[in-house]
Amino acid sequence: MTLSNEDVQDILALLDALPFDELTLETSRFTLTLRRAGDGVWAQETQVRASSPVPASPVPASPVPASPAPASSLPAGPVREVRAPLLGTFYRAPQPGAAPFVEVGSQVGPDTVVAIIETMKLMNPVYAGTAGTVSDICLDDGQFAAQDAVLMRVSGPAGSA
Amino acid sequence: MLRRVLIANRGEIAARIAATCQRLGIETVLAASDPDLDSLPARLAGRTVRLGPAPPAASYLDVDAVVAAAMAAGADAVHPGYGFLAENPRLARACEAAGLVFIGPPPAQLELAGDKLAARSLAAAAGLPVLPGGEVSDPGQAVALARRIGWPVLIKAAGGGGGRGMRPAHSPGELAAAAAQAAAEARAAFGDPRIYLERFASPARHVEVQLLGDGKRVIHIGDRDCSLQRRYQKVAEEAPAPGLEPGLRAALREAAVSFGTRLGYRGLGTVEFLVLTGARTSTSTSTSDSDSDSAFYNSAFYFLEMNARIQVEHPVTEAVSGLDLVAEQIAVAEGRPLRLTQADVVLTGHAIECRINAEDWQQDLRPSPGTITRAVFPAGPGVRVDTGVQAGSAVPPSYDSLLAKLIVHGADRAQAVSRLRHALDSCEITGVATNLPMHARLVRDPAFVSGGVATGFLTRFLATSRGDEPGDGRAGDGRAGDGRAGMAAAGG
Repeated sequence: MTLSNEDVQDILALLDALPFDELTLETSRFTLTLRRAGDGVWAQETQVRASSPVPASPVPASPVPASPAPASSLPAGPVREVRAPLLGTFYRAPQPGAAPFVEVGSQVGPDTVVAIIETMKLMNPVYAGTAGTVSDICLDDGQFAAQDAVLMRVSGPAGSA
Repeated sequence: MLRRVLIANRGEIAARIAATCQRLGIETVLAASDPDLDSLPARLAGRTVRLGPAPPAASYLDVDAVVAAAMAAGADAVHPGYGFLAENPRLARACEAAGLVFIGPPPAQLELAGDKLAARSLAAAAGLPVLPGGEVSDPGQAVALARRIGWPVLIKAAGGGGGRGMRPAHSPGELAAAAAQAAAEARAAFGDPRIYLERFASPARHVEVQLLGDGKRVIHIGDRDCSLQRRYQKVAEEAPAPGLEPGLRAALREAAVSFGTRLGYRGLGTVEFLVLTGARTSTSTSTSDSDSDSAFYNSAFYFLEMNARIQVEHPVTEAVSGLDLVAEQIAVAEGRPLRLTQADVVLTGHAIECRINAEDWQQDLRPSPGTITRAVFPAGPGVRVDTGVQAGSAVPPSYDSLLAKLIVHGADRAQAVSRLRHALDSCEITGVATNLPMHARLVRDPAFVSGGVATGFLTRFLATSRGDEPGDGRAGDGRAGDGRAGMAAAGG
């Protein structure tokens, strides 16, 4: 049994008549802290505890490739990394089944969209941020990317695109 | 009587459904994906079973996994919440085949509501005003139809809805290109290439009517205003819709009930309308516009679509009606006749809901997954918080960014707005960025305070209060109609 919104309202009705500004209620199931915030409004913090050990997932969580092994890059000038602007799912194509934005060997400019990172249902374009030739694509389509994970490497002199 | 319900959802709605079930003495089993196995809803539910890995397609969107979880848990019913499989006729059918009660409308009604063209035809047959438009099969036909109904137009996917698969066009060139692209996208995202055109009405408000039916009788539980939207996603809603002329409000409610009655609707559902603002003035002053314009403006409102599920914003209706909509939904699913007549529905005061999302206000409301380190919510008279998170909760990147809903209720709108300000001020969430600062500014904006803004308001508000250009930014470009996006708990 846990705390409902009605329970909290009942506790507040009692508390409102008392001179206290803060109440902490601790049970084996939850902790509730209420603090008077003025104008009849209270601030509440609750912490519901896990009641039983959570069943272990039979499938191990997929590892997050935060920094993949350095790839064999084309021998053409300094190598720059294209990193994930935020964590999410890495997509190489604008639509399922569509052609990828870039392949190894593609020429890119700073504003070229090279991939998409989907985070919380939003599709965020990833820009190359530099000019050159894509020398390495570090993740597979649909793989999970940590924030700042290296997605691609771009080599060749900047401005050669 | 249901004994044990499998909740096939996550986040705040899973916690919300569990609360009502517990009150009704129904056991709850939460079906959760790997990252959600120790979530707050998992701690609140009686038991938790594993549904699958994090990607929605392998867990919350997997019909077979949901039915198998329900059977394994010994549940006699499945509550799908909103988003995910809530309006999926396949889940409703699979439940039926497995002898499980699907807490939602029958499969045929889900199919009709999901087919936006079929719903449009039913609305017209029930005497509801529908926007000028219709189905088009090629770009040439689209341009011809647009010339007849007037510009601008909105291209929609028959299998879309809720803002997905929609794009505006202002000229024949733009339309021809957009129509071809929309059809291709609709086929990929919804498995249904049919598209249709509707006259694009602006400025307009988004007003919806809450329905409850038992298959024989349909009643309404008032209206809501959901015009505060960004990228077609609602961020705040209120009940009743502020400032509607009484005749218009009555006409909207009556139209929704006609639609539901015609459908023989069973369950909880919403009929969405576009309410034109300033429509009357346009007709009287229009000199340059074509005949299609005066025909267009002959109704103050138009049918948009029906949502055959419980909606994210249902708590504002609960606040003004005093009803527990999940309890009513369960009663109907148990096969009981409606416990209420229209006269029993008494609406009191005004309620407003803010959706608190893990989005970075400083960065174009970009999603902000992570771990919540602190979560302080307001409490007190007229204040309700529905949430699926607490300190220590993970906010996984695989799902929708909704963290909590703050709902306030006051004797009138002014009191509700004042409560909302105080309530927002005592909210504190750390560990992930949230849109709380946006809400704090919004509830002090003069246009919001007067009430009744149109759907374009929020985008302009965001642009001016952050000092950047109006528009949607670049996030989401090119993949708006993608099945990967928007399939998760978007609700509405």
